[in-house]
Amino acid sequence: MNGIAINDLTKKFKKRTAVDTLRLFVKEGELFGLLGTNGAGKTTTIKMLSCLLEPTSGDALLMGNSIINDPQSVKRIINVSPQETAVAKKISVRENLELISRIYGDSRQEATKKTDEMLSLFGLTKRAKDKADSLSGGMQRKLNIAMGLITNPEILFLDEPTLGLDVRARRNLWKTINGLKGKMTIILTTHYLEEADSLADRIGIMHHGKMQVVGTPEEIKKETGENSLEDAFLSFEDEEED
Amino acid sequence: MIATAFAERNLKEILRDRLNMLFGFGLPVVMLILLSLMQKKLIGTEGIFSLENFVPGVAVFGLTFISLFAGVLISNDRDSSFLTRLFTSPLTGFDYIIGYSYPLLPMSIVQSVICFLTAVFLGLSISINILLAIVTLIPVAFLFISIGLMMGSLFSVKQMNGVGPIFINVVLWLGGIVFPVEKIGGTFQMICNALPFIHSVDLARAALNGNYSAIFPHLLWVIGYAVIIFILAVILFKKKMKG
Repeated sequence: MNGIAINDLTKKFKKRTAVDTLRLFVKEGELFGLLGTNGAGKTTTIKMLSCLLEPTSGDALLMGNSIINDPQSVKRIINVSPQETAVAKKISVRENLELISRIYGDSRQEATKKTDEMLSLFGLTKRAKDKADSLSGGMQRKLNIAMGLITNPEILFLDEPTLGLDVRARRNLWKTINGLKGKMTIILTTHYLEEADSLADRIGIMHHGKMQVVGTPEEIKKETGENSLEDAFLSFEDEEED
Repeated sequence: MIATAFAERNLKEILRDRLNMLFGFGLPVVMLILLSLMQKKLIGTEGIFSLENFVPGVAVFGLTFISLFAGVLISNDRDSSFLTRLFTSPLTGFDYIIGYSYPLLPMSIVQSVICFLTAVFLGLSISINILLAIVTLIPVAFLFISIGLMMGSLFSVKQMNGVGPIFINVVLWLGGIVFPVEKIGGTFQMICNALPFIHSVDLARAALNGNYSAIFPHLLWVIGYAVIIFILAVILFKKKMKG
């Protein structure tokens, strides 16, 4: 079954077309890497899929729920980890996690239990009582992702999850993301191509709002005749510029 | 109800800001004490600065901070990615409005009670009318919360830094809090009467002074404005939700 089925999704801002008749099918449990340079349309696509932006035309089904006709059902089964750290800064780490759990319908007891699990998974137990704004950038990012995971979503959007993290923190996070593979459908956007190469089951490269290529990292490298995903990525970008 | 969880977070955010608390609860009390002292020194101002006349104005002035709490909280949330995250959650537009408003109503009542308790300490006669004045300040609080929701939906954090003090001054000068607007009269008085602030003050004054027949017309002004501004705030907020 498709976790995500995107049918001719288009978003226009006045004369500019940010996403142009996008068609994409992501299998349930798949980790799909969405790549592209700045302005390629990745974030607009994610915003439409997470019901933050209304498409100009087209539709997408998330686990069978339409983002146009049934956004409330979509919102119940998704969660996001936005690019910028999206935490409530004046409340504690624990309170942030419990808040997200409860606004997705969990009772106080369930929220406490899930929060304990997330604190442990992300190594935040010792900082549970600290205000979110007292955490380092890396720790805030961990909390950001934990808040995306605490609801055990069927579909998770990870927008640049390792941006600004040091090498060790990035590797640790890769390990966590790898552990999620198969448990939920994940859309990952990143500028780190080695990250997509290492984590994604399949990759799509967007440029000027259109999907240029979709395949496994190996398929894309083979198609372009390049040894690395970065070279393959650049070859698509170059072709467009030429 | 999932709005409750969101409301709890908002209450914590407001209460944990010490500066908020200092201004919101402390400044009206300081104002009351200072003006009470002034009344004793300034000959001929007994009517203007009598506690019965002045306390309702200060109580309404205090509510301007409730507007600012709401406005700053919403604009802060809007400027951060936190609200973007929440917009992808099952919270509905109604949940947001309830979540932002709900913690502010009890805060407004506590603020009014503190104001009147201070006034009693300064010499205001204890009567049932104090309770009535506090009750009449509930729709006024609803008005100021609605204004806060609207400001938060319209302005960024930086803009709120400018708009906030302007709003406080508008209420202070056009609300008949520091002087009777009839003394100036003309267009100024007309503008004051067309806005809800003077009616908010006069509503609480009428209640405190036992002038019950004067309550209803002012109450109509306050509720009318509150409902219109609340609806506008909801529309604006929902528009922001859609990006």
